[in-house]
Amino acid sequence: MLSTAARWFGRLYALVMNLPERPMRWAQGHLPDGRLGWLFVGPNLAIFGVFTFLPIVIDFYYAGTGGTNLLPTERPWVGTENFSSLLACKDYFDPNSCVRDQFWYAIWNTSKFVVLQVALMLVFSLTTALVLNRKIIGRGFFRAAFFYPVLLSPVVVALIWKWVLQRDGVLNAALVGGGMQPVEWLLGARSAFGWTVFVSIWAHMGFYTLILLAGLQAIPADIYEAASMDAAPPWRVFRRITLPLLMPSVLVVFVLGLIRAVQIFDEVYVLTGGGPGSATTYLVEFIYNTGFSSQVRQYGLAAAASLLLAGVLLVLTLVQLRGMRGTKGDSRG
Amino acid sequence: MASLGRLLTATRGRGKLDWTDWASYLYLGLGTLLMLGPVLWLALSSLKSPSGLIEFPPTLLPQEQVRAAVPNYPNPLPLYRITKGDHAGQTLAEVRKIGLQATMVDPAAPETLIRVPIDDRSKIMRLHAAWDNYTDLLKKFDFGRYLWNSVFITTVATIITLLLNSMAAFALSKYKFAGREPVFLMMLATLMIPPTIILVPNYLIAAVLGLTDNPWGVIWPAVATPTGVFLLRQYMLTLPDDLLEAARMDNASEWRIYWRIVLPLSKPALAVLAIFSVMWRWNEFLWPMVVLGRNETFTLPLALNSFQGELTTQWNYLLAMTVVTLVPVTVIFALLQRHITQGIASAGVK
Repeated sequence: MLSTAARWFGRLYALVMNLPERPMRWAQGHLPDGRLGWLFVGPNLAIFGVFTFLPIVIDFYYAGTGGTNLLPTERPWVGTENFSSLLACKDYFDPNSCVRDQFWYAIWNTSKFVVLQVALMLVFSLTTALVLNRKIIGRGFFRAAFFYPVLLSPVVVALIWKWVLQRDGVLNAALVGGGMQPVEWLLGARSAFGWTVFVSIWAHMGFYTLILLAGLQAIPADIYEAASMDAAPPWRVFRRITLPLLMPSVLVVFVLGLIRAVQIFDEVYVLTGGGPGSATTYLVEFIYNTGFSSQVRQYGLAAAASLLLAGVLLVLTLVQLRGMRGTKGDSRG
Repeated sequence: MASLGRLLTATRGRGKLDWTDWASYLYLGLGTLLMLGPVLWLALSSLKSPSGLIEFPPTLLPQEQVRAAVPNYPNPLPLYRITKGDHAGQTLAEVRKIGLQATMVDPAAPETLIRVPIDDRSKIMRLHAAWDNYTDLLKKFDFGRYLWNSVFITTVATIITLLLNSMAAFALSKYKFAGREPVFLMMLATLMIPPTIILVPNYLIAAVLGLTDNPWGVIWPAVATPTGVFLLRQYMLTLPDDLLEAARMDNASEWRIYWRIVLPLSKPALAVLAIFSVMWRWNEFLWPMVVLGRNETFTLPLALNSFQGELTTQWNYLLAMTVVTLVPVTVIFALLQRHITQGIASAGVK
């Protein structure tokens, strides 16, 4: 049964893959030497061009135009108005004093979120990686358990926690069982914010744990043997050997985590919808709301906000590249 | 037994479990509970009937109240055990409930009506899985369509991704041609352009190409993954060029060398990319939400999101739908756990 299926699949594969044979052979005969490579790279490059490079150019054009029409030719040129309205604030620490108060709520929420989430995630994924690096029975299982949520759809993640946190949910049942009052977790500004931090850590820490674990396992065992010959206390071994040698991985985790945290959207959008009020509205949600979900689709404003976000991400990426070069030396693989 | 004891207490060669081992197991145990518990809770809840779902405090396993057919009554009546009063210990069936008093009958003697205060009785429950939460999805909702949309997009996008990325990787690893290095650097640079910052222009491009409200609008923008090209190129660099030369001697065309020799040899890397691609496409949310406006074109995550807005009272269907969405990913992970974790650890991508 299975082998029949495999045979048919093989036939189908050969049939399909044989189709470009004649044109490619013709091209091979007629193209000057060294041009054939372009035929192989071409399709991939074309899609990059249309859906990645061209959009960046258009992004700048949109950011300089106003109105609500999607077609660029129908959009009036407004220069830097989108940027200046986004950045117009009497007091940058008070979103209410800004022209685009939602944008500044999003900025401050995102800043708080990023600091808290990245710091906590680093602590937890490092702890987990250190524990998993010990001689533990069932290590494969535990590693898989911590990693599993990474693969879940963000929408599924959000619904899982929405179900746990709802008014009659299992968490409140535990509270009531312990003699406490049930709490509307997602209706209070502070608790909703806290839960978005928690849920995003829950969903992503397995990925970072895996990177750190790989980093730990790459530390040569003989260094530890030498340390144990010298009867070095565990804490000093950790500070003087493990941590310095793990630093490259920690840096990768830190910057990757930062880049992803700045772009948080999916889980939070389904879990809280940005609420209550705008307590959990983060930057990407502001962009989405401005450009796509409101009645008046302000594409120019959304594009301008995207470019500001892109600027932040660019800086973070440069920091990452610099850091990687600094720690890895010339060991380019 | 002794060997089992040794196995359980095996630590860093010191022979006994010290407190750090206990702390480790405690941490891992609690962590596992926190990671898997909510998912299991969701799965168990998805088998509860609507009345079981509003139970507070909730029961661990899905249950339903036992009902019995009682003579003279057309429908089966719910059974209660009486806890206090004259009839304590008896099992009675409820006829009707008015305020705090219930009118009940003994199923064995259905002629006499008995009045019982509702605080003096408890429901008799039995385990019962409400599978109709799942079967109703197909009957009452357009669930099959969402499932099909997700499967179609995931499969087609993965096939195209594998084909285009491997072609590009082949040229970038096995050919020397003018412009190879700039092309490779350009592809690497796109790694740093997250899709979130080009949402607006991509929507315009999709609209101009007629790809909005169309599964191809989700497929095309994401198939040329820089991660995939990079992963495959690094792998193909390790394949010896002699193989290609030998095939050229036999007068094989370059296209034939690509799909008859290089592709089969790159299976491990292709498998990793295939797994990634399936996960990415199956779980993708923001871009599909932007580009797919009509309900019939929704993928599973989009359908879930719109249902959770509409069906706040129909958690039973929402939970079942969530479970159906997470099952394929879970099965793939269970089967290919090692490949996935190793692939991620080595490529550093998600």
